[in-house]
Amino acid sequence: MRHRSLLILTTVLTTGALTLTACGSRDDDSKSSGGGDTQTVVIGVDAPLTGDLSALGLGIKNSADLAVKTANKDKTVPGVKFELQALDDQAQPSVGQQNAQKFIGNKDLLGVVGPLNSGVSQSMQKPLNDATLTQVSPANTGTELTQGNNWKTGDKKRPFKTYFRTATTDAIQGAFAAKYLFDNAKVKDVYLIDDQKPYGAGLAASFKTTFTELGGKIVGTDHINPDDRDFNSVVTKVKRSGAKAVYYGGEYPAGAPLSQQLKDSVQIPLMGGDGMYSADFISLNKKAEGDIATSVGKPVEELDSAKKFIADYKTAGYKDAYEAYGGGTYDATWSIIEAVKAVVADNDGKLPDDARAKVLDAMSKVKFDGVTGPVSFDEYGDTTNTMMTAYQVTSGKWASKLSEAVK
Amino acid sequence: MHELPQQLANGLILGAMYGLIAIGYTMVYGIIQLINFAHGEIFMIGGFGALTVYLGLPSGVSLLAAIPLMIAGGVICSVAISVAAERFAYRPLRTAPRLAPLITAIGLSLALQQAVWMWYPDATKDRSFPQFKGEAIDILGAHIQRGDLFVLIAAPICMLALGLFVSKTRAGRGMQATSQDPDTAKLMGINTDRIIVMAFAIGAAFAAVAAVAYGLKNGQIGFRMGFIMGLKAFTAAVLGGIGNIYGAMLGGVVLGVAEALATGYMSDVPGMELFGGGAWKDVWAFVLLILVLLIRPQGLLGERVADRA
Repeated sequence: MRHRSLLILTTVLTTGALTLTACGSRDDDSKSSGGGDTQTVVIGVDAPLTGDLSALGLGIKNSADLAVKTANKDKTVPGVKFELQALDDQAQPSVGQQNAQKFIGNKDLLGVVGPLNSGVSQSMQKPLNDATLTQVSPANTGTELTQGNNWKTGDKKRPFKTYFRTATTDAIQGAFAAKYLFDNAKVKDVYLIDDQKPYGAGLAASFKTTFTELGGKIVGTDHINPDDRDFNSVVTKVKRSGAKAVYYGGEYPAGAPLSQQLKDSVQIPLMGGDGMYSADFISLNKKAEGDIATSVGKPVEELDSAKKFIADYKTAGYKDAYEAYGGGTYDATWSIIEAVKAVVADNDGKLPDDARAKVLDAMSKVKFDGVTGPVSFDEYGDTTNTMMTAYQVTSGKWASKLSEAVK
Repeated sequence: MHELPQQLANGLILGAMYGLIAIGYTMVYGIIQLINFAHGEIFMIGGFGALTVYLGLPSGVSLLAAIPLMIAGGVICSVAISVAAERFAYRPLRTAPRLAPLITAIGLSLALQQAVWMWYPDATKDRSFPQFKGEAIDILGAHIQRGDLFVLIAAPICMLALGLFVSKTRAGRGMQATSQDPDTAKLMGINTDRIIVMAFAIGAAFAAVAAVAYGLKNGQIGFRMGFIMGLKAFTAAVLGGIGNIYGAMLGGVVLGVAEALATGYMSDVPGMELFGGGAWKDVWAFVLLILVLLIRPQGLLGERVADRA
């Protein structure tokens, strides 16, 4: 008996060890440079590739992949071949931090695209900053990520010099949502719900500020646990409050059942931010009709600059849609490619030894016409493009209603 | 307070679901004193089994007609996995110290989640589950969705059947005997191994029924849904008195109603504005659990006074 269990234990350990080594060697392979005259630059991607936010995450990974492939095909940077290292953060800050360490450890890696979640970014900013490794998020909207914790009082201070983003901030998104609901949808009484995560709570707070400034009334507030799927008790409270709409700071996995249960008992729309703007929100929610979401940038489908992106994405044959952040991701990846290009051009067509620091310097000067419009970064690392769009579910699809640049 | 009937109904529906899952915790604990933490995943697998059957049916079959088949599919999957878990993960450890099977159960729970995540098509994100069409029905001032009627009908039927089984049949009495004293039961000619397998199977079948109810109610199932539901159901089992099947259902309903009332009314209590709503409902549920255990350590309907470790 004793021998048998020892045997099993040994087998398990050996198998485990073998599997781990196998993983290790695979990683090493991907790092090895191409030899000859071409130098390899790796761009890291961090996004939730599994779990309930994977629809958005896979769109990010594929779009970054497309940018890298395009740069290699067009030889955008002569003598440099780009590679992608995509890691799954499962939308968890702790995993994101481990991924940041892996990125730092890869000597050929000069920039990181991602992550999706503001909460994950908070755990990645410091290690990447310490390693002077540039990070561009296509999706983080948490205002404090670029402007520090005291941005509300006007004391803006950039906490990490390595952090950039192609998405606008919650401050802008929440304000835009409040204006749209008050001016365009003519709703004056709103019930406010958030999921207590940095993204959801930040968005709800900035919505509240603008909405009350405009003269609207917040008739009630509540918080939910994003892992729950039964929100009927909260819905009953919403019904009692007499609200004409619900604003939800959170993401679609909990937003979809919340919207459905809401409409089971009272016919008012649910409005959310870019975390709700996903096709999965509609496929998981049989009563999504009339719901509203805001998202960053203009709808990619309506931009001339994006036609090529959409066509290329289709040609590349990715299994998953590019979703809300496809265009922003392509631009984020491309901004790193542009920075590498500037660095290489300054150094006689070769990568310098302190390539990471040089790329970071070049980032603030990057300026190009991207998928979502002109791309450049301000002194906080925020995008200078503050275009926002409101969408509404119409005949089972997200239809764009209003696009506006927010001051 | 005019929406009190609605909040009670919300709590009752949720609680009945907790109760159905809690049966599995309580039966297994009653017989082998194992807290089967993988039971939440058995519940989740039942949901995916039912969904598979639904997707396999020809289109055009009405949901009402599909439900018995979906339940059957869910029950088969749950029971198969649960019995296999008992045979290969728990039975070899039956004589080991109590902590060993407990840790095994936690490990098994993680493994089952990952297995579904990896092998079930598109399970990396929430899958949508069929739902009844049609308007809600008003009963005694509460608005009840058609899908929610399922759990309100299924839970009492299941409880009645289980009650009859345990008290009237030979196997059920064998189960009682085994839970009172496994060694003596064995001496009396009861095949305790079979009884234990039966306890796992019944618990799994009830969990599968709860999973169908969960899907019909929320319109989606996901590989992580077993964790939070399992935790709540385990709480319900303790609240009602672990080891007692009626206690499990009572504990579930009390817990569900407590959550609904905490969400609905706690913030109206003067001075408690900040401690109400959906975010605090779990805290209040556990406060209730602690209070009950302080006054009645054996739970609401629990009988055993001292644990026979």
